[in-house]
Amino acid sequence: MSEAVSALNRASRDGFVRVEECGLQGMVSLRGDLDSAKLAKAVTAAAGLDVPETGRILASEGRSVAWMSPDELLLIGPYAEAEPMRTALDTELAGEHALAVNVSDARAMFRLSGRDADVREVIAKLCPVDMAPGVFEPGRFRRTRMAQIPAAIWMPEPGEMRVVCFRSVADYAMTLLGNAADKGGEVGVFA
Amino acid sequence: MLILTCPCCGVTAEETEFHPGGEAHLTRYGPGSSDDEFHGYLFEKVNPKGVHFERWRHANGCGKWFHAARCTVTLEVFGTYSAQTTEPPQHIKDKISAKRPGWSWREFA
Amino acid sequence: MSTRLAKGGRLLNRGKPLDFTFNGKNLRGVEGDTLASALLANDQMLVGRSFKYHRPRGIVASGAEEPNALVGLGEEARFEPNQRVTTTELFDGLTCASQNHWPSLEFDVGAINSRLARFLPAGFYYKTFIHPRPFWKHVYEPIIRQSAGLGKAPRDRDRDRYEHFYAFFDVVVIGGGVAGLQAAKAAGAAGAKVLLMEQTPHWGGRAPVDGGLIEGAPPENFIDRTLAELEAMENVTLRTRMMGAGVYDHGYLLGYERVGDHQPDAHGPRHRLWRIRAGQIVTATGAIERPLSFAGNDVPGVMLASAIRDYAVNYGVSVGDRTVVVTNNDDAYRTAITLKQLGLEVPAIIDARPGGGGALAAEAVALGIRVENGRGVAWVKGRKRVEGVEICAQAGEGAALEEIKCDAVAMSGGWSPVVHLWSHCGGKLYWDEAAAMFRPDPDKAPTGADGEGFVRAAGAADGQFDLAAVLDNADAAGKAAAQATGHKPQDTAAPKAEAKAENPIEPVWMMPQGASIKLRMKAWLDFQNDVKVSDVQLAAREGFESVEHAKRYTTLGMATDQGKLSNINGLAILSDALGQPIPQTGTTTFRPPYTPISLASIAGEARDAAFQPIRKTPMHDWHAAHGAYWEPVGAWRRPYCFQRPGETIEDAVQREVKATRDSLGLLDASTLGKIIVKGPDAGRFLDMLYTNMMSTLKPGRCRYGLMCNENGFLMDDGVVARLDDDTFLCHTTTGGADTIHAHMEEWLQTEWWDWKVYTANVTEQYAQIGVVGPKSRKVLEKLSDDDLSAEGLSFMGWKDIELAGLKARAFRISFSGELSYEISVPAGQGRALWDKLLEAGAEFGVTPYGTEALHIMRAEKGFIMIGDETDGTVIPQDLGLHWAISKKKDDYLGKRAQARSHMTDPTRWKLVGLETLDGSTLPDGAYATAEGANANGQRNVQGRVTSTYHSPTLGRGIAMGLVLNGPDRMGDVLEFPRVDGHVIRAKIVEPIFYDKDGEKQNV
Repeated sequence: MSEAVSALNRASRDGFVRVEECGLQGMVSLRGDLDSAKLAKAVTAAAGLDVPETGRILASEGRSVAWMSPDELLLIGPYAEAEPMRTALDTELAGEHALAVNVSDARAMFRLSGRDADVREVIAKLCPVDMAPGVFEPGRFRRTRMAQIPAAIWMPEPGEMRVVCFRSVADYAMTLLGNAADKGGEVGVFA
Repeated sequence: MLILTCPCCGVTAEETEFHPGGEAHLTRYGPGSSDDEFHGYLFEKVNPKGVHFERWRHANGCGKWFHAARCTVTLEVFGTYSAQTTEPPQHIKDKISAKRPGWSWREFA
Repeated sequence: MSTRLAKGGRLLNRGKPLDFTFNGKNLRGVEGDTLASALLANDQMLVGRSFKYHRPRGIVASGAEEPNALVGLGEEARFEPNQRVTTTELFDGLTCASQNHWPSLEFDVGAINSRLARFLPAGFYYKTFIHPRPFWKHVYEPIIRQSAGLGKAPRDRDRDRYEHFYAFFDVVVIGGGVAGLQAAKAAGAAGAKVLLMEQTPHWGGRAPVDGGLIEGAPPENFIDRTLAELEAMENVTLRTRMMGAGVYDHGYLLGYERVGDHQPDAHGPRHRLWRIRAGQIVTATGAIERPLSFAGNDVPGVMLASAIRDYAVNYGVSVGDRTVVVTNNDDAYRTAITLKQLGLEVPAIIDARPGGGGALAAEAVALGIRVENGRGVAWVKGRKRVEGVEICAQAGEGAALEEIKCDAVAMSGGWSPVVHLWSHCGGKLYWDEAAAMFRPDPDKAPTGADGEGFVRAAGAADGQFDLAAVLDNADAAGKAAAQATGHKPQDTAAPKAEAKAENPIEPVWMMPQGASIKLRMKAWLDFQNDVKVSDVQLAAREGFESVEHAKRYTTLGMATDQGKLSNINGLAILSDALGQPIPQTGTTTFRPPYTPISLASIAGEARDAAFQPIRKTPMHDWHAAHGAYWEPVGAWRRPYCFQRPGETIEDAVQREVKATRDSLGLLDASTLGKIIVKGPDAGRFLDMLYTNMMSTLKPGRCRYGLMCNENGFLMDDGVVARLDDDTFLCHTTTGGADTIHAHMEEWLQTEWWDWKVYTANVTEQYAQIGVVGPKSRKVLEKLSDDDLSAEGLSFMGWKDIELAGLKARAFRISFSGELSYEISVPAGQGRALWDKLLEAGAEFGVTPYGTEALHIMRAEKGFIMIGDETDGTVIPQDLGLHWAISKKKDDYLGKRAQARSHMTDPTRWKLVGLETLDGSTLPDGAYATAEGANANGQRNVQGRVTSTYHSPTLGRGIAMGLVLNGPDRMGDVLEFPRVDGHVIRAKIVEPIFYDKDGEKQNV
C-alpha cells in the first residue's frame, strides 16, 4: 500500500516561533445530538474521551475531541486510527441519526512552538481573536478566520499552538504563519 | 465593523467571521401560492430605518445561522437568537421595547 | 537664519551626529532630531513648493498637522512621496528630496502660476476648461493631468514587511501627553486592561515645552513618575510611534505603529496596523494651533508660535534671530518668553486684542519685550524667507503703521482640540463661543454595540487648556472609561497643577479685520492646496453656501493634511461671508485616517505568496512540473492544458482531446465538490434541492441532477451517488462546492430544521481522477482484480474497488462521451494513484488533459456547463433539460418561480447547436443579429453564443447558443458579426455534435 502524504510533508520554518506542518493526522467529523448518552458512549468508545463542552477541546493519550458546533465534534488521533475511530462510531451509533466521516485527508495541521507569549502573537497577527493569556488558554477550541481562510486553533499546552485548515490551502497557511513568525516581528505585547 | 455574539457557540466576534443573510422571519411560499404571495416572499424585503431583524451565519466559525435584532441607524445590537424560530423571542422584544418604545416591524411590535 | 543653538534640545543626543541628504546636499543632524528640526538646524528654510501656485514654502508646524514640508523620502524600493518632515525621525543615511517644482526648488518654472494667481481663483479650472466640450477629453485633461498630483508615485516594489495585529483592550487611551498618561493611570489603577498609544517617540506631549507645575514640580517629573507607574502595571500596555488612525463602529480602532521607519536596517516589519477592539476609547489627542490669516502668512519663516517654541526647547533650534510674535491669545507669549530666555531677539509681540494678555504678557514685558496691543500684521516682507512685517491696526484695513525687521514670524490664532477621532464614528461637536473652538459634545458620543457611548475626550482634546483642568478632566475620563468596562475606579484625586492665568482669546479670522482684497488674495487658509481668504469669499458669493460644497469648490482642506490647520479658519471666513454664526455653517466631516497611513500596512500580510489563498490539489506539483498552463477556477488553480516544449496552447489542447478520444486521457477532477448528505430525510431533502427525483435512486447507482435557486435559475449541477439507504454523495461543480454546501445547510438550519439530515463537505478528503477514453477500462483492469466489465460496473454505477493497492471508489460516469471512470482515493494518496495510472497507461499513450480539453469534449457531446450556458438568468427549461425536471414532485426549490409568467414565456431564448458554414470558430459571447433596431437605435438581436470551440474531433468550429425559438428553427442560418465587422454565418443544429447515440460510452 502506498504511503499517504500530508499536504506539505512536514515542512517547517523557523522564526521567533517554529512553524511546522504536523504530517498526516487522523480526523473524524461526527455530527449528531451531542446531548445524547449514546453519542457520548460512542465518543468514549472511539477516542476514550468525553464530549467536550461548547468551545472546548479534550485531550488524552494522543487523542483529542473538539467541539465544532452544536451538532458536530472533531475526533483527532493518529492517521491510522481514523478509520477504526469512524467504524467504532458507526457501530455504537447504529440506528441513531448521526454522521461520522473520515476527514483526515481533507485537512492540514500546523504546530507552532516557542515562548508562550510569542506563539500567541503569531496567531494574533492573523486571527481576529483575543490571544491574551487568561483569555485564550489550553482547553479552548476556537474556529475563526486566519487571514483569508477558515481555521481552527487551540493550545495543547503553554508555548504550543495548533492550527487546522483545509488541505488545499496548506501552502498559503504555511506562508502566513511563517511570515508572521519571521524574526524581528515580535510585538512584545503578551510578554 | 460590527461585533456580534453567535448564540450557537457563544463566541463574540467581529463581522469578518460572519456572513449576512438578509431579512429574518420570511415565510416561504411554494407551488400553489398566488403570484402576489410569491412575489412578496421573493422580492419584497424590508430594510427599515431603525429596528430590524436579520439573518447571519457564523461562516468562519461554528457555521450556524442565527438571528440578530439590530438598529440600522445606531447599529446597536439588541440581541441575537436562534434561527429555528418564526418570530423574535419575548425577551428580545422586551429589550427592544425598553430601548425603542413603540417600535414595530412587519407584524411584530 | 535658522540655526542650531549652542545649548538645549531636550530630545537630542548631541553626541551622536547623523548624516543625511536633502536634494542631494549632504547635511548633518543629531540623534533625536526630526527631519524638520535637522533641516532647520541647517538653515534649510525653503523645503517645497505649493500645489497650485508653486509658491516657496517652508516648515510651518512641528507635528502631524504640517501642510507644507512634504518630501519624497528614500530611494527605489523604499521611496515614498509626500512624507511630512515634522513626523519623520532622522536616521543616519536618510535621503529625501523636495517636491512639486521644476527644474529646481530654488528656481521653479511653475511659479509663473503665482504671478497669474489673480486669474486662477477658486473654480478656475471648472469654469475655464468646460468649452468647447470635446476639448476636455483631448486637450485640457491631458495637459492638466501633466501638472497635477503631488509627489511622484513609487516605481519599484516595496521591499519592506508589513503586518496586522489583532488586539483587545478594555480602555484604549490615544495620546501620551500628560492627559493621556493621567487617564491611562486612572483606568489602569481601576484594574482595566489598558493600551496607551503615542504617535511620537516621546511621552509627555506639549507639557514640557509649555511649562507649569504639577505637584509643585516641572511636568517632566510627573511624566517620568507616571510612566514608571504605568510600566509597573501588568494590565497596561504602552506603545510609542503608534497613531490612533481611525475610530469605527462598535469600538473598532486602528492603531498605526511605525515600527521600522526610524531604523530602516532593523529586521522586522516597517509598519504594523493594530486592529483593536476597545471597550472604551479615551481621546487625549491634544490640540492644534491655528494660523492667522494675514497677507504673506505663507512666506517661509512664518510658523506656528508653538512650533517655534518646540524647535527651540525640544531640538535646540532657533528658527530666526529676530522673531516677531503675532497672536490673539496668551499662549503665544510663551514662545516670546522662551526665545528671549534663550538669548534671541523678539522685536515685538503683536497682540490683536485691544486689552492684550494677562500674566504671561506681564512676564514678557518684564523681560523687556515690546508688546503692541490691538495691532495686527498687514503684510509679510520677503519671498523665499521672511525679511520683515508691516504692522497695522487690527481694527483697520491694513494701512502700515510701521515696518519691523525680522527673519521669523510666530503666529497663533488660538487652539483647536483634535476632535478627529471623536468624530470619525459619529461623535458630535458644539461651538464654544467664548473659547472660539469646536468641542466634543459629551451627550452625543459615538455609540457602540450596546447603544452606549464608547469614546471620551480628555485634556486639550476636550477643550481644556489650563494644566490643572487638563489633569482633572483626564483623570475623570480614565476613571469613567474603566467604570464603563466594569471596573471600579480608585478613590484618588488628580494631581494638583498650576499654570499662569490667561486672558481670554479673541477670535481673529482675518488680519486686519477689514483687510483689502489685495491683502486677502495673499492671506492663505490652506497652504498645501493654495486656498486663500479671497477664494472662500468668492465661493460664498457664487452660492456655495454648504461648507461641504465650498470645500470641494475651493479644495480647502482637501490636501494630504486634510485641513488640520485650515478648516476652522476657512469655515469662519465662510460663515462671515454668509453672515451667519459658525455653528450654523458647521464643520466638514472628519474621516479616518487621522494622517495618511501606508497602503501596504492596510494590505498587511496579503502580498506576494500570501496575497490570496490559492487552492492546490494533491497533484498540483506534478502539474506544475509538466507544463501546466494554469486556469483559475474559483480559488483553485487547474491546468488549462499541459504544454509540451514547442507546443502552442492551442496545439496542446487539440492533442489532449485527440489522445483522449483515441485512447486514454487522465483528468485531475479533485476540485469537484463532494458533499455527504445523510439521514432518514436525506432523500426527501435532495428531492427539494434537485429538480429531478433523487429519493428513488438505488444504492450503487448515480444520477445527474440540476439544482436551482428559489428564483428558478439554474445554479449548479452534478452527479449524485447513493451510498446506502440513508446516505448520498452529491458532486457539485468546482466553484460550487462551498456555496452548495452552505446552501444545503441554510435550508436545513433555517427552513426545514425538523428534518433529520446531516451534511458534510468532503471535497478535499478525496483526490479524484477521471480515467477517460476507449482504453480506460483496460488500464484499470491492469491495476485491479475487481470486476470492471460492462456488467460488473455498468454506466451510471459506482463501486468500491482496490486499485494499485489503494482502496478506491470508482464511478462510471462520463462528461466526455467516452468510456470513462472517475476514481476517488483519500487525498493523501492522490499523487500515488496519479503516478500509477501514468505508469500503467504508458502503453496506451496516456495523456493528462486540462480543463479546455474537458470543455471541448463536453461541448462536442452537447453537455451544458454551469457558468457558460448559465449566467444566473437561465432556467433548466431554456436548456432543453425537461428530462431532468420531475413532473411528479409537488415542490422543489425553484419550481414555483419556474411557473411565473416570464419563465413560461415561449419567446425565451433556448439552447441549440451552431455550426459555422465556413467551419470557422464563432467568437465567445457573439450575438445573432435580427432585423431592425431597438428604441436606443441598437441592432436587434435574436440569440447569443454560450460556448464555442474548435473541435479537433470534427475538424471544425462548433458552438452552443441560446436562440429565439431556436429548437423550432433547425437549419436556419444566423448571422454573428465579429468585433471587426466580419459576419460569420452559422446554421442552427441539434446541440450534440459527436456520437449522438452514445455508443462510445456504452461499451
